[in-house]
Amino acid sequence: MTEPIRARFRLPRRDFCLDVDLTLPGRGITALFGPSGSGKTTLLRCMAGLEHAQDGLLTVAGDTWQDGQRLTPTHQRPLGYVFQEASLFAHLTVAGNLDFGARRSSVTSACAVDRTAILDLLGIGHLLQRQPAGLSGGERQRVAIARALLTRPRLLLMDEPLAALDLARKNEFLPYLERLHRKLDIPVIYVSHSPDEVARLADHIVVMDAGRAVAVGPLTDTLARLDLPIALGEDVGVVLDAVVTERDTAWHLARVAFPGGSLWVRDGGHAMGSPVRVRILARDVSIALEKIDHTSIQNCLSATVDQMADDHHPALALLRLQVGTSPVLARLTHRSAAAMRLAPGMSVWVQIKAVALVG
Amino acid sequence: MQTALPDASDLAAVWLTFKLASLTTLTLLVIGTPIAWWLARTRSRLKGPIGAVVALPLVLPPTVLGFYLLILMGPNGPVGAFTQWLGLGLLPFTFWGLLVASCFYSLPFVVQPLQNAFEAIGQRPWEVAATLRAGPWDTFFSVMVPLARPGFITASILGFAHTVGEFGVVLMIGGSIPGQTRVISVQIYDRVEALEYAQAHWLSGGLLVFAFVVLLALYTFNPSSRGRTHHD
Repeated sequence: MTEPIRARFRLPRRDFCLDVDLTLPGRGITALFGPSGSGKTTLLRCMAGLEHAQDGLLTVAGDTWQDGQRLTPTHQRPLGYVFQEASLFAHLTVAGNLDFGARRSSVTSACAVDRTAILDLLGIGHLLQRQPAGLSGGERQRVAIARALLTRPRLLLMDEPLAALDLARKNEFLPYLERLHRKLDIPVIYVSHSPDEVARLADHIVVMDAGRAVAVGPLTDTLARLDLPIALGEDVGVVLDAVVTERDTAWHLARVAFPGGSLWVRDGGHAMGSPVRVRILARDVSIALEKIDHTSIQNCLSATVDQMADDHHPALALLRLQVGTSPVLARLTHRSAAAMRLAPGMSVWVQIKAVALVG
Repeated sequence: MQTALPDASDLAAVWLTFKLASLTTLTLLVIGTPIAWWLARTRSRLKGPIGAVVALPLVLPPTVLGFYLLILMGPNGPVGAFTQWLGLGLLPFTFWGLLVASCFYSLPFVVQPLQNAFEAIGQRPWEVAATLRAGPWDTFFSVMVPLARPGFITASILGFAHTVGEFGVVLMIGGSIPGQTRVISVQIYDRVEALEYAQAHWLSGGLLVFAFVVLLALYTFNPSSRGRTHHD
């Protein structure tokens, strides 16, 4: 299952022309990230065969789904697709919806175990006899995901599955996606325009703009690139994979270690040793030439200046630093950078005002 | 002086009308469904013209429709020549001729509800079904038809009821042959002409009740599109 996915499409649209040639990892969650109208959904639909790009190429798990000669119709592709809005069939119960795809994809009795596992994973076992109309938005999307998974897809495509949910529902829903992420061994392509969702869920990211892929790569490395701040705006920052190493129950804090350092974060109730993700926005990071001891800021780390670039406003600069082997971005004014004579290779201290635990 | 109760000729007219309306409805469901499907989904330039042709019977006086059908199916018309060549004889003034005419006459009453239903369902369930391994025919019968059920019910009721109410076309193409073409509406006309008002009352009152019950059923069991699409 780890064979990479190759996807090449060219499809003119009214506002943009989709033009991508990608090699995506054959496992983990790949986020298609970008503003509205950047071609994310169109790309996803091309992969599903719902849009027919001329002269496209798509290979998944070693099978060719589209090339110059032929195009496998959607219903013959072993894929799962979760649409943005509720897409359950209104004339069937939840169980009927789940069976619809399962029955048509030659699932043998050996997979009965699978079914129970999937129902448990998504917490929908108690909904089977209900009508879709009676479910909450989050429940409907969980059923839609289970329905897709029960067809035993070799590729799961998700088109902003949280877009139709309000914040409370989103927060209720995200843990299910995270559990899925850990259990699933098929590649997932996840369309999103929300930096939060991407930070929480994605392993890899494709940043889309005006129909083109402007950056492709592992999440941590790609987010630390200095040439992408326009796509991310105020949300420029890094995501680091870390492990909980210490819990200070008196102050409700937890220490998480990442390659090259550790940080104090609000205790999210994670057990010692559990993997977590932390997100550090560039605007929450400041630079000092010497270690400052008397400050309210808890997280102060030694770092090396790596690279500097212009930010979206002429007053602002974006600085990439290395903390050990991990990258951290900082946003500061050009004036401070000049006053401090910051230059690549310099040793400095980074003060991190806020760290978000994202999963 | 005749009795005031309906006699055998009235019952024959009722039975004939029921047979004609049922067969017309069935035929139209078979013919009208693909037309409605095409109209609901096509982006062809022919959508306008075809849609207009389907809707013509809504606007045309039934006599005009009947007149042209009479000419087409008559001995000098192309359809007439064809049916004679097939050894079927001529269709005007037969039950089968009446069936053909009724199909034209009631076509929009079946096609339009179906087209509306298919349009309301939209493209999405079709795509969803495809991502769940359902091919086109499978999707049509296992998703689109069940989702369009209210449309099929409306189409059947309207097609049937409208055929029951047809008069002008029957006069032009069928005349008043007992057991063949003398449907209720013609029977009422004949009764009134003969000043047999009592029998005319029985049949007219019956149709009045029938029409009311049908419409009541339509509005009670098939209100708007509720229960068909749940987009929130």
